[in-house]
Amino acid sequence: MSILVDKNTKVITQGITGSTGLFHAQGAREYGTQMVGGVTPGKGGTTVDGFPVFNTVADAVRETGATASVIYVPPPFAADSIMEAVDAGLELVCCITEGIPVLDMVKVKQFMQGKNTRLIGPNCPGVITPGQCKIGIMPGYIHKPGKVGVVSRSGTLTYEAVWQLTGYGLGQSTCVGIGGDPVNGTSHLDCLRMFEEDPDTEAVIMIGEIGGYAEEEAAYFVKEHMTKPVAAYIAGRTAPPGKRMGHAGAIISGGKGTAAEKVAVLESCGISVAATPAEMAQALMKIYRPGIKNTHHYVTAPAAAAV
Amino acid sequence: MNIHEYQAKAILRKFGVPVPDGHVCYNGASAREWAKRLGDGPWVVKAQIHAGGRGKGGGVKLAKTSSEVQMIARDMLGMTLRTHQTGPEGKVVHRVLVENGCDIARELYVSLVVDRTTSKVTVMASTEGGMDIEEVAAKTPEKIFTEKIEPLVGLTQFQGRKLAFALGLEGKQIGKAAKMFEALYTTFIACDCSLLEVNPLVVTGSGELLALDAKFGFDDNALFRHLQIGDMRDFDEEDANEIEASQHDLSYISLTGNIGCLVNGAGLAMATMDIIKHYGGDPANFLDVGGGATIERVTEAFKIILSDKNVEGILVNIFGGIMKCDVIATGVIQAAKQVALKVPLVVRLEGTNVEKGKQLLAESGLDIVAADGMADAAQKIIMAVSAKGGRA
Repeated sequence: MSILVDKNTKVITQGITGSTGLFHAQGAREYGTQMVGGVTPGKGGTTVDGFPVFNTVADAVRETGATASVIYVPPPFAADSIMEAVDAGLELVCCITEGIPVLDMVKVKQFMQGKNTRLIGPNCPGVITPGQCKIGIMPGYIHKPGKVGVVSRSGTLTYEAVWQLTGYGLGQSTCVGIGGDPVNGTSHLDCLRMFEEDPDTEAVIMIGEIGGYAEEEAAYFVKEHMTKPVAAYIAGRTAPPGKRMGHAGAIISGGKGTAAEKVAVLESCGISVAATPAEMAQALMKIYRPGIKNTHHYVTAPAAAAV
Repeated sequence: MNIHEYQAKAILRKFGVPVPDGHVCYNGASAREWAKRLGDGPWVVKAQIHAGGRGKGGGVKLAKTSSEVQMIARDMLGMTLRTHQTGPEGKVVHRVLVENGCDIARELYVSLVVDRTTSKVTVMASTEGGMDIEEVAAKTPEKIFTEKIEPLVGLTQFQGRKLAFALGLEGKQIGKAAKMFEALYTTFIACDCSLLEVNPLVVTGSGELLALDAKFGFDDNALFRHLQIGDMRDFDEEDANEIEASQHDLSYISLTGNIGCLVNGAGLAMATMDIIKHYGGDPANFLDVGGGATIERVTEAFKIILSDKNVEGILVNIFGGIMKCDVIATGVIQAAKQVALKVPLVVRLEGTNVEKGKQLLAESGLDIVAADGMADAAQKIIMAVSAKGGRA
C-alpha cells in the first residue's frame, strides 16, 4: 500500500508532444510506471515514441482507462488543462507547470468544488511510490521502497530528504511534492491525513517554507490526530523579511509565517524539527525506529528547544 | 512587480475609483505649470519612489502657492530619500507627483489580497487608516474587517455595504463606498494583482471618499497578458543585478553577506542560505536557477553573483531533477573560465547525470572543491573563505 499512486495507476501525459512532457513520460515509463498515452489537441491519432496521442483528455481516458494525468502544458494554458482533466473524471491530476497566474488557480479551485479529483501542485515535482509508480520530474534512482512518507512544498528539498533517508537505509512509502504556489490543490494537512490512514506508512517527514499557515495547520493535526511520528524542516530561517510579499497576505492567513514562529508551533505539537536541511533524516530517526510502532509523540526537552 | 503611486492612481481612476487630481512632473517648472492647471491650491508634492514611509523622510510636502510647488519639486528631484523601507542607502527621487490637496475628516484602510488559506480574493478594511496594517493586526485585530469574495459572483453590493457600515460610514457614503469596493475588486481582477492597498482611504470634509495613496503588487506570472502594466516598470527603482537576473529567468535577491549561492529550486536555495548561516557564514544572495536552466543561464547566474563586490566565495548546490548535473557542471566551468574566477568555489552535485557532472568538474583543470551533502558543502566554503582572509 501507499498513498495516491501504486503499480495499478494508469497515467496519461497532458502536453506529451512537448520536449519536457515527452522526456519525463519516457523517464516515468523506464521507471516502470504505466504510462498509457498522452494528450495534445490537434495531434490525436498519432503516436510519439510509442505513446498514443489523443485530442482530449476524455478521449484518452475512454481509450486507455487512465486514472491519473500529469500536466506539462505551458503556464498560460495550464489552468485550462487542469480543468479538462477534472472534467474527464480522473482521480488524480499532477500539475508540474511552474508560473501559472494565481487568479487562474483561484478559478480552478472553484471549478473543482464538489468534484472527486485530487490535484497535486501546480509548480511541483509530482508524486512517487518508489518501485511502483513515478509521476513527475523527480530522479527515480534516489528513492527506495519503504515505510516513510514525505510531503513537501519544495521539489529539490524533497529530493534532499529522500536522499538522506535512502542513505540511512530508510525507504519511502510515497513522496508528494505539493508545490510552492500560494493557491494549490493539496495541502500538507491533506497528505498527513492520508499517511495516517495508510497502513504501510510508519512515519512522515514534512518539509515547509516561510509564509502562509499550512504548516501550523498540519502541526495541530499531528498533535490531535496522528499516531505516527513526524519530523519536519522549515526553509527560510534566514530569508530577509523585507523581501516577502506585502504584509496584508500574512495577516489574513492567520499567522505571520516566519520560520521561527512555525518551528515553535511544530515543536509544541510534538514534531521533531531538523535544525538544518542536512539533518532531516536524523531528526526523524530521533523519534522513529523502523518496524516498531510508535504510539507516543516526541517531546522537545526544554534545554534542546532553547539552543 | 511594483509601480509608482501616480501610475497606481491612473489605473484606479480608469476603473472608477475616486482619486485626487494630479500629474507626474520631472522638473520644477512643469510642476508649477501643472499645479496651476490642477486648481487653486493648496497642493501636495509627493516624491515617487518604490518605498513607503515617504512622509517621515521629507518626501511629501504641502504647498500653498504654485511658486512654492516649483521650489519644493526642484528640491525634491534628485534628493536621496531615506525611509524605513529604502534601507540606509536610500533612493534617489526622479519624479514627483503634484496633486490637489484635500481636507481630511477621517483616514481609513482598504486592501485586497489572495488569501492562501481560502484560495479566494479577500478584502480587508480598517478604521485605522494611515497606519501600518501589521501593527493594527497585532494590537487591535478587532478593528480589521474582512470579506471573502466568491470568484464566480465577485464582490457583491451587500459585502460592500457590510464593510462600509463596519467602517462607520453613513448616509450617502454607504452607496459610494460599496461602489468603490466593487471598482477596487474589478481593478484587482483585471490587472492580475497580488496586492492592492489603499492607505489611507480618506473621507473629506464634504463627505467624499478619496484614495489618497495606493500600492499595487502584480502577479509576475500573469504579466504576459498585461503588457501595458509591464511597460510601467521603472528600472531605476530596482537592484541592477535583480533586473539582469530577471531578464535571464533567474530568481535572484541580493543580500549583505559574502558567500554567493547558486542553487536549483526556491526551497533548496532558502535551505542553502539557512545552512551557511547555521555554520557561521553569511550568504550574499538568494539565487534559484530554476528547473530548465541551460548552460547560458548558468553562466549568466555566475556572472551576476560575481558582479557583487562582497562575494568572497561561491557555493553551488544542485539536486537535479529536470536539471541535469552535467549541464550545471558545463555552465560552471564555462563561467569560471570566462570571468577568470579568483574566489574559492565549492560545488555539491546530486541527481540526474551526477557522475557525468562530477567527471566534467574534475577534468576541467579548475580549482573546484567537490562536496558531499549540504553540511559538508557549507562547511567547506566557509573554511575556504576564511582561509583566504575573508569574513566568516
